Amino acid sequence: MHALVMIELDGDGVSASSRETLTLAHRLAGELGEAVEAVVFGDGGRAAESGGLAVSRLHQLDHPMLATYSPELWGESLHQLIARLQPSIVLGPGSDRGLEVMAQAAARADAPLVANCTTISLDRRANGDPPTWTLTRARQGGLLLEDAAVTAPTTFASTAAGAVEAASLGSLREVPVESFTPELDGVVHTQLVDETTQDSGVTLATARIVVSGGRGVGSAEGFEPLEELAKLTGGAVGCSRVATNNGWRPHSDQVGQTGTKISPDLYIACGISGATQHWVGCMNSKAILAINTDPEAPLLTRATYGVIGDVGEVVPAIVDEIHRRTLGNRQSA
Amino acid sequence: MNILVCVKRVRASGGTPQLSADGGGVDTRNLAFTVGPHEECAVEEAIRIAGDAGGRVTVLTAGPPEADEQLRYAISMGADHGVLVDTGDTELDPQATAAALADAIRTLEADGATFDLIMFGNESPDAGHYQVGIRVACALSRAMVGGVKGIDIDQADGRARFRREVPAGVEVYEAALPAAVGVKEGLNLPRYPSMRGRLRARKAEVRGIQPEVAPGTLRRIRLRHPEEAGTQTVVLGHGADAAPAVVDLLEELEVV
Ligand SMILES: Cc1cc2nc3c(=O)[nH]c(=O)nc-3n(C[C@H](O)[C@H](O)[C@H](O)COP(=O)(O)OP(=O)(O)OC[C@H]3O[C@@H](n4cnc5c(N)ncnc54)[C@H](O)[C@@H]3O)c2cc1C
Ligand SMILES: Cc1cc2nc3c(=O)[nH]c(=O)nc-3n(C[C@H](O)[C@H](O)[C@H](O)COP(=O)(O)OP(=O)(O)OC[C@H]3O[C@@H](n4cnc5c(N)ncnc54)[C@H](O)[C@@H]3O)c2cc1C
Repeated sequence: MHALVMIELDGDGVSASSRETLTLAHRLAGELGEAVEAVVFGDGGRAAESGGLAVSRLHQLDHPMLATYSPELWGESLHQLIARLQPSIVLGPGSDRGLEVMAQAAARADAPLVANCTTISLDRRANGDPPTWTLTRARQGGLLLEDAAVTAPTTFASTAAGAVEAASLGSLREVPVESFTPELDGVVHTQLVDETTQDSGVTLATARIVVSGGRGVGSAEGFEPLEELAKLTGGAVGCSRVATNNGWRPHSDQVGQTGTKISPDLYIACGISGATQHWVGCMNSKAILAINTDPEAPLLTRATYGVIGDVGEVVPAIVDEIHRRTLGNRQSA
Repeated sequence: MNILVCVKRVRASGGTPQLSADGGGVDTRNLAFTVGPHEECAVEEAIRIAGDAGGRVTVLTAGPPEADEQLRYAISMGADHGVLVDTGDTELDPQATAAALADAIRTLEADGATFDLIMFGNESPDAGHYQVGIRVACALSRAMVGGVKGIDIDQADGRARFRREVPAGVEVYEAALPAAVGVKEGLNLPRYPSMRGRLRARKAEVRGIQPEVAPGTLRRIRLRHPEEAGTQTVVLGHGADAAPAVVDLLEELEVV
C-alpha cells in the first residue's frame, strides 16, 4: 500500500487543509497507480459522510484517551497504525495541529518529515529498496522554494497551506471504515485542560480590509487615524514588527512570518518598508495600497497601488474624504 | 528550575535572500546574523522564570563555531551558560540536528543538571521544518507542546501550563515537569541586553561539544526563488491630494 492521508476534522467535516492534502495525494496516487487510504482521529462516520474523500479505506483511531487532543497521544497512535500498515508515504495537512501530529509520529518512527510541500513525486523505486521522492518545499513562508530528495521506507510530508487548490474528488461509493485501537498506557503526554472559543468578530486573519502601520507611523498615538480608517471600512488594524517591538501595538496585530499571514481584499500598508519577513505575511492580499514617503520602498514597488507621502497627512485626509462623501450622500438623500 | 533554550543562528536581513551560484544555499557573505524572534522570546521567558523561581538558564546551539555570537547574545540578555555543538559547516537535516541536540542534552544532564524545561522556537525562521523540538523531546521522553504564547509554572506541583492560540480560540495544556515547549513570538517582549550583560557575555565561557553526526535522510537539491508576477504599481497621487483617489478605490470595493 502506498499513500496514507491524515484527515483533520473541523466544524464542517473534513477541514479545508485536509482537502488540499487529499488532492495532492490523489494526484500522486494517479501517477503511481496506487490506492489512497486515509486515517482520522475519532469519528470516521462523520469524515466519510462529509464526502469527497475518494479513498479506498478509512482508518479510524479509537481510544478513550484520544477524545481530547494531545500531541503525543495522537502522534503515538498515528505511529502505531503506520507501523502496521507500512505505507511508503504519509501525507498530512499544513495546519498547526496537522504539523504537530505528523512531527510527533515521524519522531517516534524515526522517519523523515518534509514540512510545507508544494509538490511531491516519486523519483525511483528499485525492487526491494526504499523509494526516493523528490519534493518541493516552501521555506520562510514561501519566500524561497527548496527542491529536495528523500529516501526512506516511510516518508512523512505535510502540504504547505494554500499551495494546492482543493479539487472536488467526487463522492465515491461507500468508504469502508476500519477501527484501530492503539496501546497508549505509559505514553508521556500533555493534556488539553481548557479550551475557550473567541467571539468571531472582525479579526486580522479574516478582515476584508487591513489597515497596517510600521515605523513610519511614529508612535502609538500615530495609529489613531489608522484605527479610524479601519473602523470606517469595517476592517482590522495590523502592524509591522517594529511597531510591536516599540510597544505601539500588541503582537496579535503583527503581520508577517512570525505574526499572522493574511489575504484580505485590500491591504493598506502605512509607513512599512516591506522587508521580506513582512512581505510573506501580506503577499497573498488581493490588492495592496502602500503609503510611504520613499518611492523606492520595496513594498511600494511591489504594491498594486501607491501613495507617496507622509502617513500623518495621507491617512487623516482619507478619513476626512470618507466623512465628506458620506455626509454629502446623507444631505443629498 | 533549570531551563535549557535551543537557539539557531539565522541571517538577519530583511532583503530577498541572494542564492549562491549553484542554488545550493543562501549566499551569507556580508550578512548579519541573529537568533529567530520565537527563540529570542524563549530566552526572555527562561530568564524570567528562573528569576522568579530561582535556577539557571543554559542556551544550546548546533551550528558553525560562529554561532558563538548567538550564545553570547543570549548570555548578555541574562542566560547563565552557553553550549555550542560544533557541527561545522556541514548542513544537517532536521533528524540529524535533533539527534545532535538530544545527545548534547544527555551529556549535559549526565554531568548533573536535569533540565526541568527545554525550550525551542516553534519553527526556525529560515528552514522552518517545524520538528526539531518535537524530535528532541521524543528522544528524551519529555512531553512537548508547540505554538505556545503563555507559560505558568507550578513548582510545588511540578507541573507546567502552556497556553496557545488556535484559529478557534485559546487552548491550555498541562504537563508534568520535566517537559519541553515550542514558543512563538508574542509570548513576551524580549529585553535589550544591558551594558553589564554585554560585558559579562564577552567574558563568559562557552562550552564546546563535538558531536557524532549521522548522515540525514533529507538531501537538498537546490534553492530557488518562486516566480513572482511583476507588478506595475499604480501611483494614486502624492500626499493628502491622493485621498479622493483612495476613497474611490474603497468605494469600488464597497467598503465605504
Ligand atoms: C527572523 C525574522 C522574522 C521577522 N518577522 C517579522 C514579521 O513577522 N513581521 C514584520 O513586520 N517584520 C518581521 N521581521 C522584521 C523585518 O525584517 C523588518 O525589520 C520590519 O518588518 C520593518 O518594519 P517597518 O517596515 O515598520 O520599518 P522600516 O523597515 O524601518 O520601514 C519604515 C518605512 O516607513 C517609511 N516612512 C518613514 N516615515 C514615514 C512617514 N512619515 N510617512 C510614510 N512613510 C514613512 C520609510 O520610508 C520606510 O519605508 C522579522 C525579522 C527577522 C530577522
Ligand atoms: C543540504 C542541506 C543544506 C542546508 N542548508 C542550510 C542553510 O543554508 N541554512 C540553514 O540555516 N540551514 C540549512 N540546512 C539545515 C536544515 O535545513 C535545518 O537548519 C535543520 O534541519 C534544523 O531544522 P529547522 O531549523 O528548520 O528546525 P525547526 O524544527 O524549524 O526548528 C525548531 C526549533 O528547534 C531549535 N533548533 C533548530 N535547529 C537548531 C540548531 N541548529 N541548534 C539549536 N537549536 C535548533 C530552535 O529552537 C528552533 O526554533 C541545510 C540542510 C541540508 C540537508
